[in-house]
Amino acid sequence: MQFGILFLLLSCIVLLDGGNMKDFNTNDAMVDMFLFETYQLLEQLEQVILSSEGNCCYSREDINEVFRIMHTIKGSSAMMMYNGISALAHAIEDLFSYIRKENPEKFFSASLNDLIFDCIDFVKIELEKISNHDKADGNSDELVNRIQSYLSGLKKNGFNMPDENTDKKTANFFKAVIYFEDGCEMENIRAFAIINNLEKIAYELKYYPQDIIDNDGSVETIRRDGFQVFIRTDKTRDEINDCLMQTVFIKGLELTSIDEKAFSDDYNNISDADTSLEAATEEQYFEELDNQEVDRLPSHEKSLYEDGQKHQSKEHLHVLPTQSIISVSVAKLDKLMDLVGEMVIAEAMVLQNPDLEGLELNNFNKAASQLSKLTSEIQDIVMSVRMVPLSATFQRMNRIVRDMCRKLDKEVNLEIVGEETEVDKNIIERITDPLMHLVRNAVDHGIEPADERLAAGKPKFGKITLEAKNVGNDVHIIVRDDGKGLDREKILGKARENNLLPMNEADLTDSEVYKLIMMPGFSTRDNVTEFSGRGVGMDVVAKNIESIGGSISIDSEKGKGTQITLKIPLTLAIIDGMNLQVGKSTFTIPTITIQESFRPKGNGLITDPDGNEMIMVRGQCYPIIRLHKLYNLKTDVTDLTSGIITMVSQDGKTVCIFSDRLLGQQQVVVKSLPEYLKRFKKVNGISGCTLLGDGSISLILDIASLINSK
Amino acid sequence: MNDIQTNIMEEDNTQEGRFLIFSIDNENYGIEIRYVTEIIGIQTITEVPELPEYVRGIINLRGKIIPVMDVRLRFRKKAMEYNDRTCIIVVEVLGMSVGLIVDSVSEVVTINESDISELPQMKQVSQNHYVKNIGKIGNEMRLLLDCEKLLTDEDIDNLNEIL
Repeated sequence: MQFGILFLLLSCIVLLDGGNMKDFNTNDAMVDMFLFETYQLLEQLEQVILSSEGNCCYSREDINEVFRIMHTIKGSSAMMMYNGISALAHAIEDLFSYIRKENPEKFFSASLNDLIFDCIDFVKIELEKISNHDKADGNSDELVNRIQSYLSGLKKNGFNMPDENTDKKTANFFKAVIYFEDGCEMENIRAFAIINNLEKIAYELKYYPQDIIDNDGSVETIRRDGFQVFIRTDKTRDEINDCLMQTVFIKGLELTSIDEKAFSDDYNNISDADTSLEAATEEQYFEELDNQEVDRLPSHEKSLYEDGQKHQSKEHLHVLPTQSIISVSVAKLDKLMDLVGEMVIAEAMVLQNPDLEGLELNNFNKAASQLSKLTSEIQDIVMSVRMVPLSATFQRMNRIVRDMCRKLDKEVNLEIVGEETEVDKNIIERITDPLMHLVRNAVDHGIEPADERLAAGKPKFGKITLEAKNVGNDVHIIVRDDGKGLDREKILGKARENNLLPMNEADLTDSEVYKLIMMPGFSTRDNVTEFSGRGVGMDVVAKNIESIGGSISIDSEKGKGTQITLKIPLTLAIIDGMNLQVGKSTFTIPTITIQESFRPKGNGLITDPDGNEMIMVRGQCYPIIRLHKLYNLKTDVTDLTSGIITMVSQDGKTVCIFSDRLLGQQQVVVKSLPEYLKRFKKVNGISGCTLLGDGSISLILDIASLINSK
Repeated sequence: MNDIQTNIMEEDNTQEGRFLIFSIDNENYGIEIRYVTEIIGIQTITEVPELPEYVRGIINLRGKIIPVMDVRLRFRKKAMEYNDRTCIIVVEVLGMSVGLIVDSVSEVVTINESDISELPQMKQVSQNHYVKNIGKIGNEMRLLLDCEKLLTDEDIDNLNEIL
């Protein structure tokens, strides 16, 4: 549960970020808060509905939860004058209040779920508009009508309850009001124990106050009004009485038989009076506590005082469940991250200060190593604060798979493994879309229709596995399906058609062939569906993943399925880098890409007629990129044999980078190039910059683009 | 026209009509003080390849990396060795921090609105299109720059590059 709250909060922070930046100028805190809350509630709602789908049943908590969420959204959106949303929320609230009242057992309806999802989507679109400062002008009338007609359908035809009738004939209904002895303390816990006992013998239980465990205020209510339990059971009155009287510290018990109607009505009367909610009882509670004080105040001040108290008690309610977690704006975290980066640099400036050279400083060195330890620890913590579990992103895929299955009439189970794996918040934002594409592809292209699957001897239900795991400094995210797999011939044929074939097709390995599907404009799907087939998917995926320094590999076996692996760096903010010097400039290469560094000997250097230089290493020929030539820098080191060659590779391609000398390896904090420079054409081969120990700036080389430009 | 200007000026009255004066060659220029974040001495500049000549590179300003533009080169004057009088004026325009390298910075002055006049209309405007107005202080003239144009106006450059 703790974890659930945490991840909800975090996912909301993620969600907020987009809106937040845009709203930054208007500074409209109210709108921000509204968006934040509503997004959070919608996410919660989606989870509830999805879980009900898993169980094929709405539990009582589910229904209450939906009701509660809609109630809140209705209130806040009405307050913000977003009438479309509030009307919709109101309709859903009505529907669920009816369901709650009827409280059918094992009620479940896929069409209702669809309806709710449509509503969620509608509200999301509206929220998007609001966060973009557009007018939230969507018309919810149609959805409202659908909900109302659904509701009237329910009222007319009743719920589909399997055993309902037989159940109800034998059922007895009781209302019990239990009073505890004065001063026995912890009335709410005792009440809970009663409920626990009764659950064993009752079909159905309703009780008031409902929130006996979470809300300490319920103690007061129980002391004052007694603890009220509504029971539906096949046991007799005496048996119930016996059961209840086992409880210790009972002062009085009123046990009355009631009929079915009274059973639901009575309860609803209480809880409706109370729907305006626990707040009311809380207020009473506070008022009572403060009565003596308040009495001394003149009457007009008294009402003011009460207002204040009400306000306070409501806040009190809000704060309680999430006490141990606070949400922090991403901007602040970024700032903190920056500062820690600064600190790491400043530390290097102090510890490697040229003034210290040649001095015997035993104590200083001891203190220095202590400091280094602390800073690296702080760095780790700050990094971990920015880490967000993938679960929110993965859970979203549930919804996509579900929607697609319904539309495409396929049956697919989505299995999620390792959703607790954490990656940097920035990365999460950027992999959501690619992941969505991949999952869609898997459902649409991968998994066959049920009859084909049965014919191929596979289980009727297709299976898609979404897996995340830590591998060294990377996170691997794997999307695996057990569908029909990729068809080498079909891909080659399509590539031929579109003139995408790079070279002799017989020479291509399977994985190279599969890589073709990531070329722009490639789709083997013959007809375009709503979900995929336009051939804009995979190349966008590839581009997005590359932009965060990740890579994609595809494995497939015809008839068995496809596995797509995304390799993604844990974080973008700090990398291990090797610093090179060229003339007066410094460059940094991500260590991860480096194969080896060496000083070339005269033999093995080749220059082709166009002036392209190459070097032969262990029988393989690699192109050489001279940084000073590429970037027009002045340096004295132009002879290949007097400089250093660093061999780097990415995505299976390798080049050799020539520089004056190596400066050494260190962790560097990646900073993006200033906004202003991005106005000019993209600087080729440079992905960002970083600060070195002496305060100077080093440019980080983007190996992938260097290789591709070669 | 004047009315509109007064309205804008009234919005931030503490900085209203105040200009930072700097010089390039013998010319004195002014920029509105509200753009200016700070003034620093010349620093080590890290070159970034493939940029226009007047963008000299990036500097490290207390951990923040900002690009620097040589205003001399921006005005198509001859490059000059930087010396201890050379300053970098850090301005924030349109949400971007940029350093402007100038020969020297002299003072902050208040120029009354009545002393600010439009540029004389000339056919050949490309020469002074970064100059918005002309301000008078006593008998002297100050060319008041349009900061936003200084940073954003690339069309003319591109045109010149083609020619």
